[in-house]
Amino acid sequence: MATEEMERLVRREYTQGFVTDIESDTVPPGLDESVIAFISHKKGEPEWMLEWRLEAYRQWLTMKTPSWAHLDYPPIDYQAISYYSAPKKPEDRPQSLDEVDPKLLETYEKLGIPLHERAALAGVAVDAVFDSVSVTTTFKEKLAEAGVIFCSISEAIRDYPELVKQYLGSVVPQGDNYFAALNSAVFTDGSFVYVPEGVTCPMELSTYFRINAANTGQFERTLIVCDKRAQVSYLEGCTAPQRDENQLHAAVVELVALEDAYIKYSTVQNWYPGDEDGKGGIYNFVTKRADCRGDRSKVSWTQVETGSAITWKYPSCMLRGKDSVGEFYSVAVTNGRQQADTGTKMIHIGENTKSTIVSKGIAAGRSDQAYRGLVKIGPRAKRARNFTQCDSLLIGDRCGAHTFPYQEIGNSTATVEHEATTSKIGEDQLFYCRQRGIAEEDAVNMIVNGFCKDVFQELPMEFAVEAEALLNVTLEGAVG
Amino acid sequence: MLEVKDLHVTVEGKEILKGLDLTVNAGEVHAIMGPNGAGKSTLSAVIAGKEGYEVTAGSITFEGEDVLEMEIEERARAGLLLGFQYPVEIPGVKNIYLLKAALNASREARGEGEIPAPEFMKLVKEKLAFMKMDPSFLQRAVNEGFSGGEKKRNEILQMLVLEPRLAMLDEIDSGLDIDAMKIVADGVNSLRSEERAVLMVTHYQRLLDYIVPDKVHVLLDGRIVKSGDKDLAIELESRGYEWVQEESAA
Amino acid sequence: MSEDIQPSAEQRFLERLKARDAVRGAEPTWIAARRQAAAARFEAIGFPSKRVEQWKYTDVRRIRDGEFALTDDADFSPAQAAALTLPIEAIRLTFVDGVFSPELSDLADLPDGASVEPLTQALADNHEAVGAVLGRLTGVEFSAFAALNMAFAEEGAVIRLAPGTVVEPPIVVQFLSRANEQAVMSHPRVLIQAGARSQATVLEHFVGERDAANFTNVVAEVFLERGAILTHYNLQEAPLGDALVQSLQVEQDRDSRFVSFNVDLGGALVRHDLVAELNAEGAEAQYYGLFFAQGRQHVDNHTLVNHNAPRTFSDENYKGILGDRARGVFNGKVVVKRDSQQIEGNQSNANLLLSDRAEIDAKPELEIYADDVKCAHGTTTGQLDEDAVFALRSRGIDEQTARGLLTLAFAGEVMDKVGLDAIAERVELAVAGKLPERFNLGSLVETGLLEEGASQGGVADDRND
Repeated sequence: MATEEMERLVRREYTQGFVTDIESDTVPPGLDESVIAFISHKKGEPEWMLEWRLEAYRQWLTMKTPSWAHLDYPPIDYQAISYYSAPKKPEDRPQSLDEVDPKLLETYEKLGIPLHERAALAGVAVDAVFDSVSVTTTFKEKLAEAGVIFCSISEAIRDYPELVKQYLGSVVPQGDNYFAALNSAVFTDGSFVYVPEGVTCPMELSTYFRINAANTGQFERTLIVCDKRAQVSYLEGCTAPQRDENQLHAAVVELVALEDAYIKYSTVQNWYPGDEDGKGGIYNFVTKRADCRGDRSKVSWTQVETGSAITWKYPSCMLRGKDSVGEFYSVAVTNGRQQADTGTKMIHIGENTKSTIVSKGIAAGRSDQAYRGLVKIGPRAKRARNFTQCDSLLIGDRCGAHTFPYQEIGNSTATVEHEATTSKIGEDQLFYCRQRGIAEEDAVNMIVNGFCKDVFQELPMEFAVEAEALLNVTLEGAVG
Repeated sequence: MLEVKDLHVTVEGKEILKGLDLTVNAGEVHAIMGPNGAGKSTLSAVIAGKEGYEVTAGSITFEGEDVLEMEIEERARAGLLLGFQYPVEIPGVKNIYLLKAALNASREARGEGEIPAPEFMKLVKEKLAFMKMDPSFLQRAVNEGFSGGEKKRNEILQMLVLEPRLAMLDEIDSGLDIDAMKIVADGVNSLRSEERAVLMVTHYQRLLDYIVPDKVHVLLDGRIVKSGDKDLAIELESRGYEWVQEESAA
Repeated sequence: MSEDIQPSAEQRFLERLKARDAVRGAEPTWIAARRQAAAARFEAIGFPSKRVEQWKYTDVRRIRDGEFALTDDADFSPAQAAALTLPIEAIRLTFVDGVFSPELSDLADLPDGASVEPLTQALADNHEAVGAVLGRLTGVEFSAFAALNMAFAEEGAVIRLAPGTVVEPPIVVQFLSRANEQAVMSHPRVLIQAGARSQATVLEHFVGERDAANFTNVVAEVFLERGAILTHYNLQEAPLGDALVQSLQVEQDRDSRFVSFNVDLGGALVRHDLVAELNAEGAEAQYYGLFFAQGRQHVDNHTLVNHNAPRTFSDENYKGILGDRARGVFNGKVVVKRDSQQIEGNQSNANLLLSDRAEIDAKPELEIYADDVKCAHGTTTGQLDEDAVFALRSRGIDEQTARGLLTLAFAGEVMDKVGLDAIAERVELAVAGKLPERFNLGSLVETGLLEEGASQGGVADDRND
């Protein structure tokens, strides 16, 4: 198949681009201490929280944007961004789905996410973040019965200040990096989960993040704490309406796993990637880190990244507890002019710690993709093991794929393995499928899905189906 | 059924087929024999629509339709199926998915609906048993890590499920031990019917002991220079291709 | 307020350069101009800090903070030189702390069409011919060390092969390091121009007196014309107090082949940059390396292959063994430029840590901008295969010896590709000799059983045959 055809195959329109018109209560663009005070006040936060934010802000002022990633984008004007935007009536927030603004529900319908149906049928509690403010939280009672706390971070700051104080910033400190510092100063919402000792969360927790107001950066803060022998599976999925300006997204996710705890964190990210020239897409600069504090704790990150103009994201694990386990499974698809610099860090500190990294990158169009990973084995991490596999598939001859795996190994009893390949969809594979009567586009999808299989099988069932569909949409073209 | 007329094909500027004529009727089994480099594999590849082969003159029609105008998958759906000499590995894609997607594509082309899952499973298991293959094989990725014999059996299994009108087998016997060859031959023979035809491309006469052809053609230097019945294959085995070469030159 | 300003490290080096300029004889103007430009470049960028990505794992303070003089004599005891020199038939150029030693060199046996001479001689004969290529490949932009070299360079080796010339004996360029009262530095230049279809083997041998603590900063440029084949060896057995920085860059034309064997056994601080530019179809680069460090040795291997044209090929295999508190760095990079289709690039790196305080930092990179490519890399760090240890023990070999043999076998996989037996043997003996005593290999080496055991994995049985 000729290259042009291949490119035609993978070119497609963003099918989830539309804007919901809900009046926003938005602060004018710009950032200084008074804006932070405004946010903190709006959220009804205690004094210590404001202090915490200001501390972060002051650190941020002294920092520089990182330049090491394999990315190319114009400098961001942080004074041109509005740092707060909320649906108009924050004081009478809906307590159930019936009270939710019908337009919001309509938006979810268009996205193909029948929220109420999904919530009722699949037994998934949904904490819908819409323009930075939690509009609804469901299944609270059922979770409360089990003793699980699942609420917006703002509520948590008000209702569970001791837990928040203990864990917030304990995995990703305020000054960890440029974007984390910015997030710490201005985050407006996000989720908080606490699963108490010995409890297995009775349902999968899911949050749909969306960006909706033009020119509004979104800064979620997610904190998940799993106490001893507790377990939780958290699903995060994102879609965004089509917009013309670049939108900054700088989230921070912190996971804490105590002894024998298990956290599974799955993401499907499908933000607007920009038009064919890359104009108008989301900048996605995320800090995700897990702290496997307790012995035998385990954290598993699974991500399917298909959206955003620029992605900068390295979900990481600090493996501190003995026998703790970190996993990272990732599929990243870039098309058009998208750029992605993503990967993971596995920091082995404790004895017998184990990590697995499986990264599958698919680059099409004029996109550029990098896997950047660090496996560090500390001197005390006796018998630590890591296995890394990272494969890239190139579609067309204008895209790029890069692998930058760092290994720092300081223990002789460690075993670290890394394998990487880069290849293209074989002409012969396509011919073989088509010679069995399968249409070209289906054959491409089939081969790509086969390529990603190792990662998809790590996703929760319903997410896996969604991910496969998303991949097909992403690689869909005008063949016909 | 299949009508190839004065076919000229070049690959990377070099002419491989130089005016080939061939007619295959329903119900017949044809064997095309010839030395390496004569253009045997080129013929089946061109009929299947593989890229990189330029048809500079001549025509190929299948049931009256111009094959050269059809996309690769259209040819397959019309019933032209190629058994590959070197079956391709497709990591991560399960055999069962490929089979189902292919079968449904053909059914859809014929205006039939998707095959119900239980019916599909029944069909596939029956064919698997016929090919003496383990059901676990369905869950394995297409040809990945298969032995040479397994790959060839897989090709025939696909034929049995997809039931082509014309099955083209490119060196299907290469790399097979005698037991595997018998299974493959049984599979091919079970395809034989009044409505179907088989076109085999082979270097050796051995295969023809198990799949007895109605017609045998000798392909030399891009043309069919001699045709006959199964006895021709036996004669070729004992006298070699030079004999035909001399005869055709004379 | 008066401040006591210490001159920066860069200033100290530049001061030494100024002093040298004052006593150096007249030079062609192009050389003086390049020295000046190089000094300016060096001053501008300075020694790399660990914040520079390419130097993330290598601390150059040993060089930066050192006091290194320059020397003009090449005195070396012939007996000692003989002991250090590789016992092979070869065409030989010897430099003592960077200064050419005619007495220790042997340029007989040169076939027609081949020229091997010290840089000073080449400049005296025809300085313009040298100037036309020197620095064309590895310019002052390459690194601070390349700039420093250009600023100071006075001597080196120039090897030229006319089209079709085949040189049978290896060309050995020997760098001897002396145990001087005052540590010295040298900045040799190596220039290799291989004409179309020519063939040769060049071996750079770094060796010296045990107590030496000098700094050698060598820049080598290799030009391979159409169909030329060059096998290049680095046998690095520098004294354990020496610092060595080697920047080697190769430019390859159509169908040329460059094979590199890099063996690091010595040195306190060692850094290699090896770069091949595959500029035309059919060009092929093969890199094989073995680094073995102990004590507090630090060995950093940076390799890069630039696939600048379609149908170019590369293959790489590096092995590292690190004991005690040694630190090894492997950074291998394969870059496929846009429109460079039908590329095959393979890279593998395996490391063995013998001690808990040893460290390896590995970074195998792929950077690919074309879609019709087959590139793969793999890297592993771990221990010996326990099944193999068990197999040897079940033949009656004690555990430590078994581990020693397997460690040697691990190194051997790279050495198998070495065509020069003398090198392979020397490396094997050196590796065996450097392995910790607990491995009990000393007696095995002496009885000559070693080779048999390492290559066949079953010493007891083989002996009974």
